[in-house]
Amino acid sequence: MSDMVDARGLSCPQPVLLTIEKIKKVKKGEIAIFVDTDTSRENVSRAATSQGWKVKGIKSDEKGYRITIVKK
Amino acid sequence: MLRKFFASRWGIIGTGAFIGVFAPLLQKWGNPGNMGICVACFERDIAGALGLHRADVVQYMRPEIIGFVLGALIAAYLFKEFRPRAGSAPIVRFVLGAFAMIGALVFLGCPWRAMLRLAGGDGNAVFGILGLIGGIWVGTGFLKGGYNLGRAQETNTVVGWILPLIMVGLLALMLLFPQVEGQPQSGILFYSIKGPGSLHAPLFIALGVGLAVGILAQRSRFCTMGAFRDLILFRQTHLFLGVVALVVVAFITNLILNQFNPGFANQPVAHTMEIWNFGGMVLAGLAFALAGGCPGRQLFLAGEGDGDAAIFVLGMITGAAFAHNFGLASSPQGVGPHGIAAVVIGLVVCLFIGFTMRKKVA
Repeated sequence: MSDMVDARGLSCPQPVLLTIEKIKKVKKGEIAIFVDTDTSRENVSRAATSQGWKVKGIKSDEKGYRITIVKK
Repeated sequence: MLRKFFASRWGIIGTGAFIGVFAPLLQKWGNPGNMGICVACFERDIAGALGLHRADVVQYMRPEIIGFVLGALIAAYLFKEFRPRAGSAPIVRFVLGAFAMIGALVFLGCPWRAMLRLAGGDGNAVFGILGLIGGIWVGTGFLKGGYNLGRAQETNTVVGWILPLIMVGLLALMLLFPQVEGQPQSGILFYSIKGPGSLHAPLFIALGVGLAVGILAQRSRFCTMGAFRDLILFRQTHLFLGVVALVVVAFITNLILNQFNPGFANQPVAHTMEIWNFGGMVLAGLAFALAGGCPGRQLFLAGEGDGDAAIFVLGMITGAAFAHNFGLASSPQGVGPHGIAAVVIGLVVCLFIGFTMRKKVA
């Protein structure tokens, strides 16, 4: 796992801004994004999809969510 | 299943449409003109009911606001989304809340009411909405430049409960000291006997609609500021569809209820000083953008445990008290004696915050 974004504790629209920034930097591959609210989980998933990435999986724990997105 | 629906396009459209139906209906049931729901005006009325300001035409404990917070709390618990969190520059959020309210009261309405005024035929609302978009646009510039208020931390459950408990307390006061016909005061609460504060739907109807809106908006993340912000920043239309639904459905409902009166002069609780309709909302829009949510959204966030959003709400109520104690708020006659100065100071303060809050988070 090379690329990750830690957006926990950040309010709108920071998680999406950081995700898009990272997407633009790595262009393709796999990114893990950490968020702590359901709003951020939905927003990040929506933004990644609109950028042509796929949400590969979402894992939840007591600290929030780990969203894995991929683009081949 | 239900969770997916609310996160979908139809979830946000449904929420906007629900508000679009029930805001005009609340007006029909007694709320002021083009003010079926106004988060800024109603928080200002609550400040008045508590005697934090003594403008005797805008004092009433609005059950809609109480319902918004408690509805969001119920939804957050039902869907296991209640997350107590706080600590993202609370004092900055308080100041942003205060100036957001001052800007909104120069225009005479929050973004929700700006849309409802438009849907009721009030042409002055166009200038307010343009100002709102302008303020949000400036805010997105700061966001692109690295502006942020830092991380919130997970915290004790009680932190998330404080604002909901304050709302329960306000409701208890209202039941303990109910309005007495023709009396300006009941126990410690103030009740307007003239002006917009004297116009209100029956308590339990207002509370019921407030709870329903709170539940729907918590689920769908309805936000009028986010609608324009996401459109400008990401070309994303998701939240914007909710605002469009609100305006269109409110317009149709107003037509059906015979509440559509197009024009500029003599609109209910509005003035025609367009530069300041615009300017007030530039200030409000910028403050909302810097704080990450419109006034309604801040109430719903506070209901799901966000202690920083709760601070913004208290900032707004305090700002309303300042606005009416020191002649900053407008009236149908035009801007208050110090309204223009307050907008200028507010813009300077927001720009200062925008340029200086750049904590590195990545």
